[in-house]
Amino acid sequence: MTDRTDSARRRRIVTIVGAAISAMLPAAAMAQEAVTVAGYGGAMRKGFDAALVNPAAQKLGLKIRSETHGDLPSIRVQVQSGAPAWDLVHLGGDECARGESEGLFEPLDLSKLDDVAIPAAARGKSWVATNYYSVVLAWRTDKVKQPPKSWADFWDAKAFPGRRAVSGLAQETLEIALLADGVAKDKLYPLDVERALAAIKRLKPQIGVFWTTGAQSTQLIKDGEVDLIAIYGSRVSPVIEDGSAVQFSYDQGLLGYGCIAVPKGAKNAAKAKELALAMISPEIQANIIETMDNYGPVNAKAYEVRKFTPEQLAKTNSSPQNAAKQVLIDAAWWAKNGDKAEEAFKSAILQ
Amino acid sequence: MTSVIAAVPPASSDASYFARAERREAWSFALLAVPGLVVIGLLLIVPVGWLFVLSFIGKDGGVSLENYARLAQPVYVITFVTTFQIAGIVTLGSILLGYPVAYLLSQLSPRAAAICMIFVILPFWTSVLVRTYAWLVLLQRRGLINSWLVSLGIINEPIPLVNNFIGTTIGMLHVLLPFMILPLYSSMKTIDTDYLKAASSCGASPMRAFWDVFFPLSRPGLFAGTVLVFILSLGFYLTPALLGGGRVSMWSMQIATNVSTYSNWGAASALGVLLLVVTIAILAALNKVFRVDKLYGGR
Repeated sequence: MTDRTDSARRRRIVTIVGAAISAMLPAAAMAQEAVTVAGYGGAMRKGFDAALVNPAAQKLGLKIRSETHGDLPSIRVQVQSGAPAWDLVHLGGDECARGESEGLFEPLDLSKLDDVAIPAAARGKSWVATNYYSVVLAWRTDKVKQPPKSWADFWDAKAFPGRRAVSGLAQETLEIALLADGVAKDKLYPLDVERALAAIKRLKPQIGVFWTTGAQSTQLIKDGEVDLIAIYGSRVSPVIEDGSAVQFSYDQGLLGYGCIAVPKGAKNAAKAKELALAMISPEIQANIIETMDNYGPVNAKAYEVRKFTPEQLAKTNSSPQNAAKQVLIDAAWWAKNGDKAEEAFKSAILQ
Repeated sequence: MTSVIAAVPPASSDASYFARAERREAWSFALLAVPGLVVIGLLLIVPVGWLFVLSFIGKDGGVSLENYARLAQPVYVITFVTTFQIAGIVTLGSILLGYPVAYLLSQLSPRAAAICMIFVILPFWTSVLVRTYAWLVLLQRRGLINSWLVSLGIINEPIPLVNNFIGTTIGMLHVLLPFMILPLYSSMKTIDTDYLKAASSCGASPMRAFWDVFFPLSRPGLFAGTVLVFILSLGFYLTPALLGGGRVSMWSMQIATNVSTYSNWGAASALGVLLLVVTIAILAALNKVFRVDKLYGGR
């Protein structure tokens, strides 16, 4: 699950229905040679298009049509209809991994590329990550005097009193709980769900809110509804730039990734694949460092193509100094175990 | 209905003429209803039937009960109970708050009632999303209500009014109140005030006159409002999602989660079917007790 959060679930369902309807329209209606890219809405999308999609399309001389999808279910509906209207979709890592296991995507061969340095967890046989996002620890400096340094501090209500908020989704929250409980960064996966839930139950009296959208998480820390929060880096930095008494750190942050895939049967599949490969090329990936604060390129070679200022590198979550502090999320684990973990997590927070 | 036609007597007082007229009328009414029935059939019955079928199809594509077996898990049990709890509390709250308002409106002069009615209906026309966010601003820890209470010295620490059960209930109550007031008001307007005068002249105190005469006559509106509010609150999504702080989970939210989490529609369909069946059962039970069908012309 990427920083999808602008789309409330309800809107998502509307989009699914829309997807179902548009999939039924005759292909003639969309007989245009543009490659249709479907992603999430919001500010993230603007940055994503400006940094990756448009430069890549320009390089290849492709015309792009932008649309908004309703997560994996909407893509599933389109593929099942046999004539998906979208040629390239931008999703969260676990959704790409899940889509691959369901056979929803066209194969995407990265083996021919020699200038790609993407971790094995962030690519599949039919998808590839495009950008990193981070889940970080943020706090109100007017309430929390001493900066917390780890999730163990976040869990320590005595030393760091205050109301907390974490995501209402199991993904990312279970990881945080395990790190707080003392699991080593490199021993995180496979996740010990039982242990994570026990840790969450321990902290529950301190958790004021389990947030469900990115916008909500921003509001919670901005308005001081909570004092400490696990939040997307891209969602907290605007609050800090706004002058609110908030600080965050990449220490023990989680590096998750957005990814792209070509839905099976897409009309412009060949062009979409070219576009996908161009988007992960080092030159294009480097745009993320320059234009998308608190995101980062997945292709490590992007750091070699140009000179970047120390400020740019400090604000890029996958830059060597920041990446070293963080843990990479394993999308494949979530694709396989997400359903059960999610239900167990929901039971734990509702009880 | 046939009595309307009988008001114009035919030239020959033939009994079979009336029978024919009745049949003809019945048919013409049926024909008039066809477009409506087609719309309902296409938009309601077909999809719900499809949902019903889907709910019995397992992950492997065969017929199975696995979608229903999953519903025994704690998360669904908790959510189910919460959903009906909230629906019950919101319905009760809207009766307690709505009945006096409707009563007041029905007693005012038409002009004053029209003005007051604007205040009931205006929020009704405002987006639920906007109203829900407004509650967030009012109820949160550093929100208006808590700030006032703290600065007035009534409380020392802000009290949790939102991101929990209380906030959800307040928000839903606000959204659903007009659905209680409007049917109540319309049924109270039809109550002849002469009945109350008659009760008074027979020696009833105002209280007695209200409980023995006015209240029973307002019952149709009360039942209609109760059923409306209860059924509507069962399907609430936005308000609990925004004001529940992730701790309040209602059935519709679980349906949404299932649509986005599971790879088939069957899982979500099973949730929908269960809610529909339970709701119909509750309606049927209410009907047995209160004869709600009388409101809609049942005999």
